[in-house]
Amino acid sequence: MKNSAFMSLRRILCLCFVMVGFLLTGSAVAQTQKVPMVKLPHLQKYLNSTSDTTYIINFWATWCKPCIEELPNFEALQKQYAGQPVQVVLVSMDFAKDLEKKVVPFVTRHKLQSRVFLLDEPDQNAWIDLVDPSWSGAIPATLFVNNARKQRLFVEKPITLAQLQDYMTSKFSKTP
Amino acid sequence: MKKPYYFLLLLSVFTLLGTSAYKAADGGYQVGDTASDFKLKNVNGQLISLRDQKEAKGFIVTFTCNTCPYAKLYEDRLIQLHQKYAAKGYPVIAINPNDVTVSPDDSYAQMQKRSKDKNFPFVYLYDETQEVAKKYGATRTPHVYILTRSGQDLKVSYIGAIDDNSGDPTKVQKRYVEAALDNLLTGKAVPQASTKAIGCTIKWRNNS
Repeated sequence: MKNSAFMSLRRILCLCFVMVGFLLTGSAVAQTQKVPMVKLPHLQKYLNSTSDTTYIINFWATWCKPCIEELPNFEALQKQYAGQPVQVVLVSMDFAKDLEKKVVPFVTRHKLQSRVFLLDEPDQNAWIDLVDPSWSGAIPATLFVNNARKQRLFVEKPITLAQLQDYMTSKFSKTP
Repeated sequence: MKKPYYFLLLLSVFTLLGTSAYKAADGGYQVGDTASDFKLKNVNGQLISLRDQKEAKGFIVTFTCNTCPYAKLYEDRLIQLHQKYAAKGYPVIAINPNDVTVSPDDSYAQMQKRSKDKNFPFVYLYDETQEVAKKYGATRTPHVYILTRSGQDLKVSYIGAIDDNSGDPTKVQKRYVEAALDNLLTGKAVPQASTKAIGCTIKWRNNS
């Protein structure tokens, strides 16, 4: 009787070690990218930036299938333009309560390298027009903007990598 | 005397042509436009058209679906809207425009199941050809069009979101659809006739 109790205690201890191990590896991986939760002024810094940088601001969510299908295209584009004034910004439309539960695990699992933040502004009618007046609110949606060069393009549908590259060369060339 | 008259006539014809061309390109209705009727299959197999419902003063036409998390978050609120406003003459008309090949869980059978599980008190119609969604200019789910009967016509009185907080019904500040209906029912102008919200893009058929 005493022996079996001892055995099960050992088993529990073992299990604890294994679990702690998992947690440690998990947190080590999670540190690859932090996902800040931001308000509108943070997004506006990109929208209104006057620096000669082309921002590619993509609105997505972990629950949006066509959005997560096109994310690798933005990742590839960011990689292609590494070292150049081109910045992909992935703006999560997930709810604030899902940041730790869904968004951070998603970003970690897919090892996203582009900048990611969660925009916590539930009154969407108040800011959708500030991104682009033609935006109805459907996602995925993407704004390409370089205010210094007065170049701008808004696309309210999924985008392939070929289209992304085409937009970048035809509409955002450095010698307009 | 004759020339300017013809000129005006031509001008108005061109303006009309221009307007309709613009609308086709832009895809959809603006507030104040006349909405066209449709005939779509309800989850019970019955074909529903708006003109058949003679007792209605108007309709809360809502493009929604089985799968979009935002649409699901609004199901209970749609039920409440119907319960509050159907008796006053404005029933909810829910329409699923998603293509089944792109989004298999938006099939007619799944619509029937969803309607039964949630006990929808309103009709839930299947826009299989996506023509109604295209004509209205719906882009996302949920996407609301309030129509008001004006003689034989149906006028678009409101386009947009149901309220200003999809995630949390307890934190809603502005109930856009209710405000619009309360004004329409008392013969007043709708203060905010067009709003926007984040939603799932309508799953269009790949070849369209």
